[in-house]
Amino acid sequence: MAVFTNLADAIATNVGDGDRVALEGFTHLIPFAAGHEIIRQRRRRLTLIRMTPDLLYDQMIGAGCASKLIFSWGGNPGVGSLHRFRDAVERGWPCPLEIEEHSHAAMANAWAAGASGLPFAVFRGYIGVDLPSVNSNIRFVDCPFTGEKLAAVPALRPDVGIIHAQRADRAGNVLIEGIAGVQKEVVLASKRSIATVEEIVEDFGERSPNAVILPSWTITAVVLAPGGARPSYAHGYYSRDNSFYVKWDEISRDRDAFTVWIRENIG
Amino acid sequence: MSQPYTAAEMMTVAAARALSNRDICFVGIGLPSAACNLARMTHAPGLTLIYESGTIETKPRVLPLSIGDGELCETALTTVSVPEMFRYWLQGGRITVGFLGGAQVDRFGNLNSTVIGKYGSPKIRLPGAGGATEIATSCGRVFIVMRQSPRTFVNRLDFMTTLGHGPTGRERRELGIMTEGPALLVTDLCIMKPGEVTKDMSVVSLHPGVTMEAVRAATGWDVRAADTLAETMPPAATELEALRELNRRTAEAHGRQVAE
Repeated sequence: MAVFTNLADAIATNVGDGDRVALEGFTHLIPFAAGHEIIRQRRRRLTLIRMTPDLLYDQMIGAGCASKLIFSWGGNPGVGSLHRFRDAVERGWPCPLEIEEHSHAAMANAWAAGASGLPFAVFRGYIGVDLPSVNSNIRFVDCPFTGEKLAAVPALRPDVGIIHAQRADRAGNVLIEGIAGVQKEVVLASKRSIATVEEIVEDFGERSPNAVILPSWTITAVVLAPGGARPSYAHGYYSRDNSFYVKWDEISRDRDAFTVWIRENIG
Repeated sequence: MSQPYTAAEMMTVAAARALSNRDICFVGIGLPSAACNLARMTHAPGLTLIYESGTIETKPRVLPLSIGDGELCETALTTVSVPEMFRYWLQGGRITVGFLGGAQVDRFGNLNSTVIGKYGSPKIRLPGAGGATEIATSCGRVFIVMRQSPRTFVNRLDFMTTLGHGPTGRERRELGIMTEGPALLVTDLCIMKPGEVTKDMSVVSLHPGVTMEAVRAATGWDVRAADTLAETMPPAATELEALRELNRRTAEAHGRQVAE
């Protein structure tokens, strides 16, 4: 069963140096508060996994938490580049960043394979393109029934999966509404998992019988963190702070401005 | 009736016109999203828009800044998980048109959105593939919309992120891909289509006031005009009004959040 704890304790207990860590959220429900706590606790040499490493991973990479990134789209959505990510890849600042690069279809399938307990994912993809020549984790298999050549990538099985969600109930079950992304898969694929939530309620009350709920016994720790997805958004609670995404472009462009921002806003 | 309009507006309008009520369209963010929603708000109200964040039959009132804005989910018929979107809906062959952009395009409609320079030591690290790689092979057809310049319309891609018609125009069939690939390339100067056999992108329509010389100057390969070269119809008043109204609502919606 999930334990209720605070953010500092959840990160200290579950995230160690060198771990494979995924903080997911497909634009929606990005666990910023948890990522910021990882920066505060000065975790190092993490392998960060995420389909869309946007501002949160830009901050974690710039703060020196990561030595490797597994991803499929690394930009500031609708704005432009991730400057800290680019600085790490192009110039090795603040430390070199190894990258394992995929397409969305590959990562989405790899998450589903991880949640399914399979060693790899198979799908129709990566045909005629260059990524397989720079990523040895992209391979091809022949369908045993039709002979069709299909793409294969390893399942994603992080040490720790971290998500943000709308609500937990007193038993520690976690409810997700809106764009669900890969939230469910991340928790089910990870050895340990943390869910930060907007609120903790007595019980979920009336809901669709098909509501997306992760049972308490699939989650290691539940943490109350209102606003924990800002500047991304939590459907039904607050909207995306698009202006911060635009502002980040300026803050992150310059190493000094970035360093000052981290010191003043995260610690 | 001549109404002043910008080259960017001409591009978005020309791209929007390519979509019909029958299309089920996988929408990329940015220029593709603007064109798709303009089509839905003008001549193709029945156009089905699908975003990779999982939203199906999406009807945003303003353009999203990101692929997963709340606006998309709130206005969709239903929202599925991202693995389901890529497996059942895209790979399952449910999408008729994929609408893409990129940093570089070549004469066969192949796209680069990964790096400028060498992969291991890039001059510019771009965002990467996202959904594009499999959108381009799984959707019935692909439409591309990009601003045209010699830096973006190149003779040789630095990296093949997304397969168009392949390095020589013949590779799709050789690789066993059954979908059509790039069928249309809309720019701020012209409209290009692939040759039936060669798959070489040639100019089928020049936007008003644009010459072939201007197109050649903005293209890194030896671009030719098709046998019949048309002039693109300028944006109609209704198209222009709908686009400007969409952009105004979008700016206001995103601007309001600045004030929050």
